Amino acid sequence: MSEYRKETSELDARAPEGPLAEKWTHHKDHVRLVSPGNKRRIDIIVVGTGLAGASAAASLAEMGYNVKAFCFQDSPRRAHSIAAQGGINAAKNYQNDGDSTFRLFYDTIKGGDYRSREANVYRLAEVSTHIIDQCVAQGVPFARDYGGLLDNRSFGGVQVSRTFYARGQTGQQLLLGAYSALSKMIGKGGVKMYNRHEMLDLVKVDGKARGIIARNLITGEIERHSAHAVILATGGYGNVFFLSTNAMGSNVTANWKAHKKGAYFANPCFTQIHPTCIPVSGDHQSKLTLMSESLRNDGRIWVPKQKGDTRKPNLIPEDERDYYLERRYPAFGNLVPRDVASRAAKERCDAGYGVGASKMAVYLDFADIIKRIGADGVAAKYGNLFQMYEKITDENPYEVPMRIYPAVHYTMGGLWVDYNLMSNVEGLYVLGEANFSDHGSNRLGASALMQGLADGYFVVPYTVGDYLADDIRTGPISINLPEFEQAEKAVKDRLAAFVNNKGSKPVDYYHRQLGKIVWEQCGMSRNAEGLKQAIIDINALREDFYKNVRVPGGVNELNQELEKAGRVADFIELGALMCQDALDRNESCGGHFREEFQTPEGEALRDDDNYAYVAAWEYQGAGVPAILHKEELVYENIKMVQRSYK
Amino acid sequence: MNLKLKIWRQKGPKAEGKMVEYPVNDVSPDMSFLEMLDVLNDHLVEKGDEPVAFEHDCREGICGSCSLYINGEPHGPGRGITTCQLHMRSFKEGETVYIEPWRAKAFPIIKDLVTDRSAFDRIVQSGGFISVNTGSPVDANAIPIRKESADEAFDAATCIGCGACVASCKNASAMLFVSAKVSHLSLLPQGQPQAKERVLAMVAQMDAEGFGNCTNTQACEVECPKGISIEHIARMNREYLGAAISYSPPKATVGGD
Ligand SMILES: Cc1cc2nc3c(=O)[nH]c(=O)nc-3n(C[C@H](O)[C@H](O)[C@H](O)COP(=O)(O)OP(=O)(O)OC[C@H]3O[C@@H](n4cnc5c(N)ncnc54)[C@H](O)[C@@H]3O)c2cc1C
Ligand code: FES
Repeated sequence: MSEYRKETSELDARAPEGPLAEKWTHHKDHVRLVSPGNKRRIDIIVVGTGLAGASAAASLAEMGYNVKAFCFQDSPRRAHSIAAQGGINAAKNYQNDGDSTFRLFYDTIKGGDYRSREANVYRLAEVSTHIIDQCVAQGVPFARDYGGLLDNRSFGGVQVSRTFYARGQTGQQLLLGAYSALSKMIGKGGVKMYNRHEMLDLVKVDGKARGIIARNLITGEIERHSAHAVILATGGYGNVFFLSTNAMGSNVTANWKAHKKGAYFANPCFTQIHPTCIPVSGDHQSKLTLMSESLRNDGRIWVPKQKGDTRKPNLIPEDERDYYLERRYPAFGNLVPRDVASRAAKERCDAGYGVGASKMAVYLDFADIIKRIGADGVAAKYGNLFQMYEKITDENPYEVPMRIYPAVHYTMGGLWVDYNLMSNVEGLYVLGEANFSDHGSNRLGASALMQGLADGYFVVPYTVGDYLADDIRTGPISINLPEFEQAEKAVKDRLAAFVNNKGSKPVDYYHRQLGKIVWEQCGMSRNAEGLKQAIIDINALREDFYKNVRVPGGVNELNQELEKAGRVADFIELGALMCQDALDRNESCGGHFREEFQTPEGEALRDDDNYAYVAAWEYQGAGVPAILHKEELVYENIKMVQRSYK
Repeated sequence: MNLKLKIWRQKGPKAEGKMVEYPVNDVSPDMSFLEMLDVLNDHLVEKGDEPVAFEHDCREGICGSCSLYINGEPHGPGRGITTCQLHMRSFKEGETVYIEPWRAKAFPIIKDLVTDRSAFDRIVQSGGFISVNTGSPVDANAIPIRKESADEAFDAATCIGCGACVASCKNASAMLFVSAKVSHLSLLPQGQPQAKERVLAMVAQMDAEGFGNCTNTQACEVECPKGISIEHIARMNREYLGAAISYSPPKATVGGD
């Protein structure tokens, strides 16, 4: 593997010493503080105002910092977080089913297949309960029972009910809560909000993150913005696959620009393929729609026992159905974690048991629960999801089982951060899905919302002060420094090159090609040969893209093709890095399944002796293999065992 | 199937716009409306023309970005859906489809089908929140909330801020949008302390943004993709009147030692 891999120093996560349960409290008690008078002299840039960014921007402004926040949509309320459906976890133990901070911590580490950092995950579980309190105080209308208390549901990979929800629109309600807190601070002048702005570069001065270059998406103007610290909360990169459940605009650009400026990209190949999505219906498909994991609480997944069975599902008798998850995993059944459920669906379809016109689908059947609690009962729980399904497929899931297939959904990888959520670039913090921190190689359902809000409301507001304490006398950072000038020029040249390119093919053409390569070679299962070929193919695609892409219109106007071109250019480079990472990790863990490394029963085979580390990659140039840095993962509080849901 | 599209094209905020005709062929009935526009745009790019600018993001009816006025209706034919949830099976072979942006003074056109809806943000910034800072609020179950109130608050809170209510209203009124937020927060005990200031501030901002008055035509409720009820408007009117009579702003206090 030497042509792909050069290793250097080990990375230090700077997790505090002491017993696990006391680390965070101890840390908070000992970090340096910035006094209220000094906070007014400190500027913080927050890029991204989804759950993680909006909660951070609002909280930091409440504390007295000057915050400038950026998002590319026309309003922070439209961030991708709005689409989260199922729920948010918290170790409240309201259901008295034995839940606790430790159990949530343990489930998350185990669910992540022992590839996440103990100290961070424990802190996440610890602050989870505050998130629910905070959101309720803001007016988030979570589901309640008839006694007026909060209701819970259970999600995959766990055996307690700790998921709080707001019908099938939990992300919407949480984001609107964070948006209202942000709006309050915009109204008060604590946050200056830049909607319809896209960050196109990070500016470093003396090695520290000191600002960004952003494009006003309406006028095309290139702007310089400076600050004492820069926080990225720009979401995940699932759209590298072209088809995913992410919103169309979700992208890796902010992260990638930071990566090019020295920030390490950690575990890029850890992507989550969600088991229950509406299958692809044709070549025109632009995105995929998730059917919330909560449906697996009551829906049963099956395929016909007979290969190529073309009978209508309702005509296939009970004993001719293979409820393969219940068969393979009796303890967790339909509620196994996502990676396990997705691979099992792929296995059945690849073996010829798939259903529907494309044969790339399995059934998710609600007949039993409808019999038990009636169609009305089911509608009360999942009405909007059933409706969404029917609108897209023109089939009524109350009458025929849903057809589902796995789709790209979430990215566990992201920029490397230490315990304080600071990247290896000083003063650059990364929150939410954009960082790599808490989910190892597989995220449990309802834990992304929890992590985004934990990072934004309860972690970064404390940890950033420790760093900024050195800056109370720095004064405003000038945007006339040569570093800003150079970064601005590079951005302008790049944009001009796109619109002046005399190519012929639209951006989407390249995005689809890239998606196809990454999905086939670095999707639900991977092997060394395919990954090596994928790297070659992606590099060839990159050259073709720069030669032949056509971007109509100019730079000084609203130009959606130009926006897409920049994003796809970064996705192409990221695709190659994902394959490099996947090739380097000679084991299977969580969402990373290398065909060469599996147990005789087809389960993931980890190699803890050689791969219990975070792979953090340092950029070396487009088409040039990145350099690997390792953060060893040490488990002091739990034992690493083979994950079993049987 | 084959269709004829007539689309509003406008270079920029100050430019003059016009309807331009585009034929589209081989449209699959399973395509979404926006996927049909994607196909058109790819053809336009290949021909060297400028693609049609339109807004979209989630493509599943929740972000409120998409905002087309199709055949004279916000979000097109069909009830309870956004444009991104509209599928081509709703159209007939050979049909002419008219596609325009939202039309309202408070939503100026930026380009083609893209409008500026930031007035909605400013209304929320004026008071559409509960003033609680991040910190250590009481336990989430300390204040039980009747399920009916919680559910009603939730129904109001499902507004996606798309602006279809404004686009459907002959007066371009934003009453449904504003009242949904007022209701959501005032139905919850947490929102009560600020209820009066909230409704007064939000209504004042709504007026300042240039939205029209409500004359009770109820078109907004019909076109709202989330089925938000005009009962919220009635509730807001009551709250507004009550607040206008009884509210006196707190006296500014000067901090001592
Ligand atoms: C369909 C779906 C359902 C889900 N359901 C659940 C669930 O039930 N429970 C759960 O826990 N998780 C769920 N998830 C995952 C979860 O929603 C996301 O991981 C989470 O919301 C990400 O939040 P974020 O704040 O990190 O990023 P986002 O919400 O993606 O926000 C990114 C922000 O960054 C901005 N941005 C990006 N790039 C730039 C740039 N270059 N310049 C300026 N601004 C930029 C955007 O404008 C936006 O404001 C779901 C995900 C999907 C796709
Ligand atoms: S694109 Fe999000 S609601 Fe239509």
